[in-house]
Amino acid sequence: MAGFDKVVSSYEEAMAGLSDNMTVISGGFGLCGIAENLINEIQRKGTKGLTFVSNNCGVDDFGLGILLPNRQIKKIIASYVGENAEFERQMMAGELEVELTPQGTLAEKMRAGGAGIPAFFTATGYGTPVAEGKEERQFNGRDYILEESITGDFAIVKAWKADRYGNLVFRKTARNFNPLAATAGKITVVEVEEIVEPGELDPDQIHTPGIYVDRLIQGTFEKRIEQRTVRPSDTEA
Amino acid sequence: MALSREQIAQRVAQELQDGYYVNLGIGIPTLVANYVPQGMEVMLQSENGLLGMGQFPTEEEIDADLINAGKQTVTMATGASIFDSAESFAMIRGGHVDLTVLGAFEVDVNGNIASYMIPGKLIKGMGGAMDLVAGADNIIVTMTHASKHGVSKLLSNCSLPLTGKGCIKKVLTDLALIEIKEGKFHLLERAPGVSVEEIKNLTEGELVVSGDIPEMTF
Repeated sequence: MAGFDKVVSSYEEAMAGLSDNMTVISGGFGLCGIAENLINEIQRKGTKGLTFVSNNCGVDDFGLGILLPNRQIKKIIASYVGENAEFERQMMAGELEVELTPQGTLAEKMRAGGAGIPAFFTATGYGTPVAEGKEERQFNGRDYILEESITGDFAIVKAWKADRYGNLVFRKTARNFNPLAATAGKITVVEVEEIVEPGELDPDQIHTPGIYVDRLIQGTFEKRIEQRTVRPSDTEA
Repeated sequence: MALSREQIAQRVAQELQDGYYVNLGIGIPTLVANYVPQGMEVMLQSENGLLGMGQFPTEEEIDADLINAGKQTVTMATGASIFDSAESFAMIRGGHVDLTVLGAFEVDVNGNIASYMIPGKLIKGMGGAMDLVAGADNIIVTMTHASKHGVSKLLSNCSLPLTGKGCIKKVLTDLALIEIKEGKFHLLERAPGVSVEEIKNLTEGELVVSGDIPEMTF
């Protein structure tokens, strides 16, 4: 690595420094736009006691779900955790700590964390279990709760394309939490489908500037589909 | 007769207006997309980061990078846009979405809604529901009026953990269209062939019935 070149040559190098009990922020929505190979590397490393901040926790054999059987995840902060039998078992048995967080609040916690904003007020969750223990305040006659932002020791991100400087372009709804996660990691690791030379991406089309990215690796992806829904090819809109 | 899932969706669709940006929850609300009146333009928002959701893809069109909030493969309508999750919830929390339709386990006379958790039984999480109910002004809750065992889901006080407090003003059940105001349910319409008495019997919270209650038309 030299200068602004963020490209690393192996997954081992990509996740170097990840150690027990760290917090990892993960992009992805369901199985869409997840850093498949970075998650595989975490499984291979066997790092334990991790706290994950991620909208979901994968399925039993794919995505973050593969870190469950070896009890690598101590706690998860997520908005929706269905679709995963082992997850449910560990949660019910009290082996896995789960902090359910509204999806918009979760996104904003990452965004604010990455932007150096320690907390924010939101109406979301007021008067619900989410508000328990949180400061409440009225603005213009409406009730809000104070939510603290989140940063992580690591962020794992999946983008479509990058240049070697770590400027990122996402593709379709695989964007989701990824740009937010990218801003909130002390070390942000990104895996992409294609790496190009600096100057090849149109600066106007870059979703995440390279300043947020520390390590970059090109991978191949399974891109598993969670709910395959189709219409017959002869019907028109 | 109680409304079918399709009829509930059809009745909700009558609330749509040309040029509306609409967020449809998982389940019955999703079906509303099938009943957008001819000649009306409505744009569907999917909170995972898509405005202008299209129909399901053909086998050839399937794209793993293009899904809706229910994780189903979808397509993009003409004029669609894509954005990250913070932007998506800025639209929702900032009150920019014109109509939100979502399901619930219970609602009560104070506009409280419980829709995401049954302690000890169903603990999957709220997803975007708490943001949607807190951010939207125009919300329609679709649900069955009572459980299979005849236990009312329209209550004086929700018994389950709340998704939102004081945020629901309109509920469409398989039996009735109800408005919530001033701490009471107000019966607006009834399903064809369902009597006011039947609705009353299955509504635990205080129900105001004023004048003749029309049947829904489709």
